[in-house]
Amino acid sequence: MAHQSDLIAEDILAYLKAQEEKGMLRFITCGSVDDGKSTLIGRLLWDSKLVFEDQLAALEVDSKKVGTQGEEIDYALLLDGLQAEREQGITIDVAYRFFSTDKRKFIVADTPGHEQYTRNMVTGASTAGVAVILVDARKGVLTQTRRHSFLVSLVGIRKIILAINKMDLVDYDAERYETICDEYREFAKDLGFEEIACIPISALKGDNVIERTDVTSWYDGPTLMEYLETVQVSDRQTQLPFRLPVQWVNRPNLDFRGFSGTIASGTVRPGDEVIVPASGQKSHVERIVTMDGDLDEAMAGQAVTVTLTDEIDISRGDLLASPEARPSYADQFEAHLVWMHEETLLPGRSYLLKCGATTVPAQISDLKYKINVNTLIREPGKTLDLNEIGVCNLTLSKSISFDPYKENRGTGNFVLIDRMTNATVGAGMIDFPLRRATNIHWQSIDIDKKSRAELKGQKPRVLWFTGLSGAGKSTIANMVEKKLHSLGKHSYLLDGDNVRHGLNRDLGFTDADRVENIRRVAEVSKLMVDAGLVVLVSFISPFRSERRMARELFESGEFVEVYVNTPIEVCEERDVKGLYKKARSGELKNFTGIDSAYEAPESAEIVVDSSSQPAEEIAEEIVRQLFG
Amino acid sequence: MKINMTHLRQLEAESIHIIREVAAEFENPVMLYSIGKDYSVMLHLARKAFYPGKPPFPLMHVDTTWKFREMIEFRDRIASEYGFDLLIYTNEEGAKQGVSPFTHGSALYTDIMKTEGLKQALDKYKFDAAFGGARRDEEKSRAKERIFSFRTESHRWDPKSQRPELWNLYNAKVRPGESIRAFPLSNWTELDIWQYIYLEQIPIVPLYYSAVRPVVERDGMLIMIDDDRLKLLPGEKVEEKSVRFRTLGCYPLTGAVESTAATLPEIIQEMLLTRTSERQGRLIDHDQAGSMEKKKQEGYF
Repeated sequence: MAHQSDLIAEDILAYLKAQEEKGMLRFITCGSVDDGKSTLIGRLLWDSKLVFEDQLAALEVDSKKVGTQGEEIDYALLLDGLQAEREQGITIDVAYRFFSTDKRKFIVADTPGHEQYTRNMVTGASTAGVAVILVDARKGVLTQTRRHSFLVSLVGIRKIILAINKMDLVDYDAERYETICDEYREFAKDLGFEEIACIPISALKGDNVIERTDVTSWYDGPTLMEYLETVQVSDRQTQLPFRLPVQWVNRPNLDFRGFSGTIASGTVRPGDEVIVPASGQKSHVERIVTMDGDLDEAMAGQAVTVTLTDEIDISRGDLLASPEARPSYADQFEAHLVWMHEETLLPGRSYLLKCGATTVPAQISDLKYKINVNTLIREPGKTLDLNEIGVCNLTLSKSISFDPYKENRGTGNFVLIDRMTNATVGAGMIDFPLRRATNIHWQSIDIDKKSRAELKGQKPRVLWFTGLSGAGKSTIANMVEKKLHSLGKHSYLLDGDNVRHGLNRDLGFTDADRVENIRRVAEVSKLMVDAGLVVLVSFISPFRSERRMARELFESGEFVEVYVNTPIEVCEERDVKGLYKKARSGELKNFTGIDSAYEAPESAEIVVDSSSQPAEEIAEEIVRQLFG
Repeated sequence: MKINMTHLRQLEAESIHIIREVAAEFENPVMLYSIGKDYSVMLHLARKAFYPGKPPFPLMHVDTTWKFREMIEFRDRIASEYGFDLLIYTNEEGAKQGVSPFTHGSALYTDIMKTEGLKQALDKYKFDAAFGGARRDEEKSRAKERIFSFRTESHRWDPKSQRPELWNLYNAKVRPGESIRAFPLSNWTELDIWQYIYLEQIPIVPLYYSAVRPVVERDGMLIMIDDDRLKLLPGEKVEEKSVRFRTLGCYPLTGAVESTAATLPEIIQEMLLTRTSERQGRLIDHDQAGSMEKKKQEGYF
């Protein structure tokens, strides 16, 4: 069978000992029937001697009956599972295959490449660490190659094998190989892959699949199998912050209370501090309990039971996390959503969202755009059909803990379940949290924003000035407003310090209060924009997610982020209010830029620096740019 | 620190995750117990999943009344040793009518005593989830089987209406009467099972080990004479041979292989060097291609 090692016959005990140390790799193969995908997998099973004699006999009969290789054995027939599919001659679902070598056990997710089967490919890729993307050497990089690459990158696969198949049909031409590699690498450069291995093969002849053959003497890279046996993928999850979704509270008697689950990322040791984001309660790990004895350490992928030193309230669905790197805890987020069902997505409909061990009602509050999987172009849309991918905001009936999927593949994914049919209808990857008020229905008012704005003869909007204390936000905002006034524009300036004297005088400077501070100001700005005004907001607003939350409140084009990017040294030297001095001496806590973070904008509409340009000039330019 | 878990530890963790998920999501789960080696592994994993507690579900054996005697002894011993609640169900109607592999043929017998018996048992106890020890590598149509396999109210499996399974998220929603068959060993292969049994020293029915046993050759298979219900046909004669079983089921339908492998390493060695797959020993798979698929649609595990 699978293992040719002489040890099996000579010293089975030594062989078994060696096998215990074997690792495992899950990968997905992408390509269409024509690319020879089934032949390739059939070949891997075949050459690793995993085909038994009785299966071989059945295969010979089948090959003659329905095979496509004449009298030859059709390896692809080893793989076809369901009868209906066999008759249609295509694979229509995800099938899992197994083979192993002396180095590793492999689980292959075998999925079809047709456009309508995005669903299956995303399913198969979700558990894979590596993707084998097949191209036909005669045809090169096709639309479907791009589609497959985009889908596996979406699902977070970072290592790609571009298997350039049917090299026998292009006479093992090195130049042809080089051209395809170059074209692919150029196309894939924005997909976030860490590693692309281009391997010239012939699945039919077996070239460079397991054994290197001299027909491609110009190629000195690994064979497909050599690469699969050595590629490293599992270390990433282990290096991330600790996350343990609690699946089961283990309470066999009054003396034992353990929390069971599979560690999604990171490592944990007894004594480590953990936090439950939902309650903010902290405790320390007391024991890591398994039937084989307590562990000194456990890591991502292990199914464990932990006990804590304190009695804190934890139930299924909670997430135990490292307090130094907390996950997000929110009831709204943006996500990439893949629609998996014939029944169309309906924004506003309530679905069940399952994330880790939590299931909560959720709705798609806003479908922002769809992504065409063939062109990767954004397209507008109101719904998603089967196999379509969209970027949307989701609103949950209660907050859950999660991480952005790009940062953590283990805690940023979810599925949507139809509440009527119980079908799994969608699969999502979370982009980032949104903090927005829940949907309170608006009273409809006859005089609307548009009519108010028309009366004033202006386009209402908000200019959101963000930056460190002393960066010059208020100075510039003040000048801008004076210029607007002289232009006959109706405006209002909301200044951080001033608002804290009134509306927000109950708020301090903790992270939670800063978030609330910004939320209120964003809401007030929204009302003022609704009233038709041009609003200038001058707030440090240090966190990206709150500025994003503010931006989300407005219509596209209404929110203009102005990043006053004056270096901290300059701000501190100015120290107009003497606050830096206090912060440095420790007299003032939570001061942005000193002991509280400032997260610089990534895509502000306007970026200025008051240390290299006079404020007056900056104000002039902003007004010209926006109202000129 | 070791960065990579071995393949057996990864499989183990995945199975434990699945078992915990079923226990947490369903109101009334049951673990089916066929007494075979895969079920020995599944039981072991269930104990690990809830340690130091006990698995929060009963075991159920659908007894066709034709199992090997050693299997029944083993079943009772294991259940009491580990403190499992053991339910035993037999299709009494079938038993009363005297349905046996000899009188009704293997296909009809299996359908009545195994498939029908299982459905009756699930209906009787209103189980909404049942663990099975099936593996994807056993047979072609199993390669696409879900880990949570959805069954209709009439226990039918519809290949077209199976739910996609992504990451480690399993959709456990069912309406009253509907159910899920959960397969924690989906990603294990026969070799994994044996290696794990060896590594963890999991007890298995002694029939897996070679011993001199009375057998008769019938339809190209070596059938063991386990009790006096097996009547010899003209020309058949009982022989004492050193045999063992690669798979266990109803004794009149389960072929033995000639072997001298009497220890786990010897069994594994023999398996690695042989050239026939394990279901070869089961009569019910020998119909035309796709037979398993048809049986599954009708409710067979």
